[in-house]
Amino acid sequence: MGYSGFRVIKEGLFGQKGWKPVWRDPAPKAEYDAIIIGGGGHGLSTAFYLAKEHGMTNIAVLEKGYIGGGNVGRNTTIVRANYFLPGNSEFYSHSLKLWETMEQDLNYNVMHSQRGLINLFHSDGQRDAFARRGNAMINQGDDAILLDRDGVRAHLPYLDFDNVRFPIYGGLYHPRGGTARHDAVAWGYARGADQRGVDIIQNCEVTGIDIEGGVVKGVQTTRGGIKAKKVGIVVAGRSGQVAAMAGMRLPIESHVLQAFVTEGLKPVIDHVVSFGMGHFYISQSDKGGLVFGGDIDFYSSYAARGNLPMKEHVMDAAMTLMPMIGKAKVLRSWGGIMDMTPDGSPIIDKTPTEGLFIDCGWCYGGFKAVPGSGFSFAHLMATGNHHDPAAKFRLDRFRSGVGLMDEEGTGSQHNLH
Amino acid sequence: MRITCPNCGPRDRREFYYQGDALALDRPAEDAGLEAWDDYLHNRENPAGDTADLWFHEAGCGAWLVVERNTVTHAVHKATLAEKAKR
Amino acid sequence: MRLQTPEKTVTFTFDGRRIKAVPGEPLSAALLANGIKLVARSFKYHRPRGVMSAGSEEQNALVTVGHGAQAEPNVRATTLEVSEGLEVSSQNAWPSLRYDALAVNDLVSPFLAAGFYYKTFMWPRSFWEKLYEPVIRRAAGLGGLSGETNPDTYEKAFAFCDVLVIGAGPAGLMAALTAGRAGADVIIADEDTEMGGRLLREREQIDGKDARAWVADALAELDALPNVRCMTRTTVTGAYDQGTYGALERLAGARAADKPVECFWRIVAKRAILCAGALERPIAFPNNDRPGIMMASAVRAYVNRWGVAPGKAVAVFGNNDDAHRTAHDLAEVGIKVAAVIDSRDDAKVSGDYPLYTGAQVIATKGRHGLKSITIRHNGGTRTIQADCLAMSGGWNPTVHLTCHMNGRPTWREEIASFVPTPDSIPGMVTAGACNGTFSTVACLTEGADVAADVARDLGLKPQTTVPAADDAAYAITPLWAVPGKGRKWIDFQNDVHVKDIRLAAQENFRSVEHMKRYTTQGMAPDQGKSSNVVALAVLADATGRGIPETGTTTFRPPYVPVSIAAMGAGSQGKGFAPERFTTSHQASIACDAPMIEAGLWYRPSYFPQKGETHWRQSCDREVGYVRNAVGVCDVSTLGKIDIQGPDAAALLDFVYTNMFSTLKVGRVRYGLMLREDGHVMDDGTTARLGAQHFVMTTTTAAAGLVMRHLEFVLQVLRPDLDAKIISVTEQWAQFAVAGPQARALLNTVLDQPLDDETWPFMACGAVDVAGVRGRLFRISFSGEHAYEVAVPARYGESLFRMLVAQAEVMGGGPYGMEALNVLRIEKGFITHAEIHGRTTAFDIGMGRMVSAKKDCIGKAAAARPGLSGEMRQQLVGLRAKSPDHGLSAGAHLFAKDAAETRVNSQGYVTSACFSPTLQTHLALGFVENGRARHGEVIKLRDHLRDITEEVEVCDPVFFDPTGGRARG
Repeated sequence: MGYSGFRVIKEGLFGQKGWKPVWRDPAPKAEYDAIIIGGGGHGLSTAFYLAKEHGMTNIAVLEKGYIGGGNVGRNTTIVRANYFLPGNSEFYSHSLKLWETMEQDLNYNVMHSQRGLINLFHSDGQRDAFARRGNAMINQGDDAILLDRDGVRAHLPYLDFDNVRFPIYGGLYHPRGGTARHDAVAWGYARGADQRGVDIIQNCEVTGIDIEGGVVKGVQTTRGGIKAKKVGIVVAGRSGQVAAMAGMRLPIESHVLQAFVTEGLKPVIDHVVSFGMGHFYISQSDKGGLVFGGDIDFYSSYAARGNLPMKEHVMDAAMTLMPMIGKAKVLRSWGGIMDMTPDGSPIIDKTPTEGLFIDCGWCYGGFKAVPGSGFSFAHLMATGNHHDPAAKFRLDRFRSGVGLMDEEGTGSQHNLH
Repeated sequence: MRITCPNCGPRDRREFYYQGDALALDRPAEDAGLEAWDDYLHNRENPAGDTADLWFHEAGCGAWLVVERNTVTHAVHKATLAEKAKR
Repeated sequence: MRLQTPEKTVTFTFDGRRIKAVPGEPLSAALLANGIKLVARSFKYHRPRGVMSAGSEEQNALVTVGHGAQAEPNVRATTLEVSEGLEVSSQNAWPSLRYDALAVNDLVSPFLAAGFYYKTFMWPRSFWEKLYEPVIRRAAGLGGLSGETNPDTYEKAFAFCDVLVIGAGPAGLMAALTAGRAGADVIIADEDTEMGGRLLREREQIDGKDARAWVADALAELDALPNVRCMTRTTVTGAYDQGTYGALERLAGARAADKPVECFWRIVAKRAILCAGALERPIAFPNNDRPGIMMASAVRAYVNRWGVAPGKAVAVFGNNDDAHRTAHDLAEVGIKVAAVIDSRDDAKVSGDYPLYTGAQVIATKGRHGLKSITIRHNGGTRTIQADCLAMSGGWNPTVHLTCHMNGRPTWREEIASFVPTPDSIPGMVTAGACNGTFSTVACLTEGADVAADVARDLGLKPQTTVPAADDAAYAITPLWAVPGKGRKWIDFQNDVHVKDIRLAAQENFRSVEHMKRYTTQGMAPDQGKSSNVVALAVLADATGRGIPETGTTTFRPPYVPVSIAAMGAGSQGKGFAPERFTTSHQASIACDAPMIEAGLWYRPSYFPQKGETHWRQSCDREVGYVRNAVGVCDVSTLGKIDIQGPDAAALLDFVYTNMFSTLKVGRVRYGLMLREDGHVMDDGTTARLGAQHFVMTTTTAAAGLVMRHLEFVLQVLRPDLDAKIISVTEQWAQFAVAGPQARALLNTVLDQPLDDETWPFMACGAVDVAGVRGRLFRISFSGEHAYEVAVPARYGESLFRMLVAQAEVMGGGPYGMEALNVLRIEKGFITHAEIHGRTTAFDIGMGRMVSAKKDCIGKAAAARPGLSGEMRQQLVGLRAKSPDHGLSAGAHLFAKDAAETRVNSQGYVTSACFSPTLQTHLALGFVENGRARHGEVIKLRDHLRDITEEVEVCDPVFFDPTGGRARG
């Protein structure tokens, strides 16, 4: 059923009785052309683009819990294309373009809001590094503006410009950056995939991957065995466990990233803002909550919850940068499990097993990648060829050292990206 | 989170720096080959459960520790001096 | 209305109206005492709302306190203590609380059902940011921030104890008494202004006396125990690993006394006993959100504890025995009980007021305050005049903290509630109502027993004595939502009603997490404290599942909202990070040098002189000092690591790419250090002061990193090496003295003059500086004849002043970071602008520094195919074709005629400056295959600063390529 303002009014007049399930709950079939393991943002978008772009509709998404329950439902909702290394640059650029038409493509309002993102810098050295980044963004065809101190002040008058430990030198402004309603992205893709015939199967945990003679044959699940010609692993936070079912060991360490939201407040922060001298970034949701986060807790973890030191660091950074938010109260904090790779960039690749593909290693940048990742992974699964914008996300780059994409410049220690 | 340093007793996590898996103790030979170095530098068991990793008591005694703990429950079972853990 | 005339009153204002109150009572009590029912507007539909509870779980009565920069939004009227002059305003209403324009949302609410916004506002595309979103944002939100810097102060603190008791009701007090008497170090924390919990609002007897008297005796005993600390106004907000708890303490009267208003505690407890009590839950019936409809226990609290009657004629509606306490207590103090409606057919209850069993409230009236209710009883309906309705849907144990480590509570059918699952938090046990134990005597007993177990575990010998107390039964027959039409509110704060949840189920948002996220139920400031269980019961019904099967959402910290200022206390302004000052700091400031941040350090940018109006003038002059006379620069911020032991040289051979064991005593060598992944980590010089004694210098930025790395190598990788290291960065003040006159200048302060024979380039050793033992290193970061002289830090300032004074006599003077940067670019020396973590020894032209004779950190990984070769971007010099045109760091480099696109970008600029020495703009950068392209003219393009320049690729050493000046 199509969604529209007209439909909302009509249903309002008739007691909302006409709304249909946003996706079905089918029982798993015995066999599919392709199975996607993982009903998160990336898995659902992969299914959607397999159906939409490649006409593959005899496919299933298997989710061990409820769809959208992983990182797509627990992040700080930031959407941006401000990477500077080849590989990342073209990928996130493509992903942002998909965001810009997502609502119309899905007929679902994911509230993608291009309110602008400002990365602050606090030294000449940081400014030059951001200049390199901004120039790379423009080379790629995206937008970037280098703001000086007064330029930042015009956008963000509430920052502490006078008494702050690390003075604000300026900012890199990315007007097309912004936010989106995270849950809606999962639901929108689920609905779009379902409408095209994809089976979304919840409460169906994959317990094994069937491989014969180096070729994938299907999967074992808590709801029985399912045959498939192709299988895609898209299970951020559990990539290592699922890959192990196919005998693989990944260049991934799992870490917890916390995020925070305050009580609802009248509009006060109109951009996405990130601090350059500590781990802190913030935006305000349409409901009014300030949504913000920092860095991972730094120790490997699958606990999906964090500890006080990083929470306090984030609040510390908030207070030095924008002391006007002191009286806002943190309502809820949560944690997601991140696939941290040795260069901070993801993996979309084939595996040594024929017909088995993997999409993982998004570190804590996975949300903005949801459309691009699904599009490129679907392309790889359907055609067997790497999609151009994601062609550098290879699994073997660490062994060879060819095409590393270390945006942070911190090297192979997983938790430093 | 709190870790019991063998030198200093139980201390808050914020005194420690985390490095990663304790496999770092077993550094390959210079000529061990790309596979071995790839495994050493990049590939991880990454267990959801008990693990051993390396922590540095940076704001304390300066000891590098091998900490045995659980990545799901965050229970810390044991911490020993890395220089004594060397096999 | 007050039941007694208060002895003392204060005056506060609510929306400008002056109101009298009893000092210290909650704002909610003061408003009710003055007959003010309408306090706030709801989030989505702007429905009129009044006080609902008497605790921190309050959903409706959120207000803004204070004005201007001190204004604090979203304060619960139920926890705000009234004081003289308190200024309170309603929020989320315009133009006024009574006549709120956005109440129109309520009229069109059929079109604003759960999730409606996902289905519309999509056309035209550009309208989302321009129209829809701004309108939605303005309508949403509750209170507002001022946008001004928060002027109040906050604190953070640590505390340690054997036993943390959370909550000071009957179970908590008994637990604290038992553990405290046994000698344990106890902290008992309660979020209320007084300890006693539920006992403060009930008319009960304990130990043969009034419950409140028993509480007073217990508190007196606890106060007298030196090992017990009682913390009121302190909410334990979160449970973390290894017995760490977060807690927020509100300090009464602090603002007036100019003291911190809140303190965020990190409490480390060997054991914790959760005695957090229980929260009463509402019943969903049509228009159950009108001002005047309150929780039954809250009505008792206002009557019994604060002496305030919330209404003149009060009706009670419940599904359990406990609700009848309210009716009894009201009757006791002479407030009219209009009716008691019990939904249970078989309720065995009595009272001298109209009683309706097997009845339900099906409608209410009164827009800004309740006027009447309509009940369904015996197949008919009846309207009852009442200005207050006390409702009770039963009790939810406060299990929240037990869920903070991903624990899930367990459903207990007989009390129709979730209780904690044991061992959800290591080291924490639960007792009392939070455990589903409701009678007073049972709470006392459980508190004592649990604390005795804990004390025994800690090696103590506790004794338990439990006083006699009330043992009332608690019988309940669940009633979640009254059947029939109308909007029956569940989440009052986010305006979620029964139909919203049914709609979610209809649209297949059947998982409890989906329902929550789709309807926003439980996502308001109370985090669903009151609404969660009702909501999932309705969902369970809608989906034909049981409640345990439906499951719960996860309670996450904090238990109550915590201000960012409290958790970030001390970091406002300069407090965010420590400040490190060199010994020359004051002397530099005396010269008006602008100080800039270098990591945690401050360093002088340049030293302006009279008549100079631009930093470039100062910088050019200072470069001239060094090139033509002599300059002095404080380089103490560079990391200095003292390395000693028989294997000190072997350690250096292992961490540097090049050989150090061959270095002679009294000599210095430049070293390049890699990360294990083969990229450059840091560089610097290391001096050999003795056969087993070295001093390593690191860059300022990497000092800590290198120190940690060396310890890693020594303890983790090479414990076989016998060497010890220690940072001496702060023990030595070190100054660069650079320029043709460097030796002459030094000779004015050294006890023994220098000569070329004993102090050749790269020599080092001990010297006496004006009678002080110091160290001298003949090294150069400027390419000039130069030294670095080090003295114990306490002599640093004096030496700096002496050197500067002498330099000035010789036509030189101090130089700052700007000049230092120009000097090093002219010489092609690298900094972290070039070794930014992605470059290899090969990239920076130091591939040959990786010794073939030995292993070192990073050597194997650097040999990976991708880390060297023609397509790598290599360090080059870039010289502007038009000498007076500026170049910019961060610009990208392209073949001369190539389009400026990603695929054509061949490199980038890392550092750029104007060279006063060469009178041209210079830059360093990385270009694909750059070393083979010297002499080629390429294009520099900086889109951001709109600079396009032709530059010639050249060797990075622009000045004195043979190095004669440094050696001469």
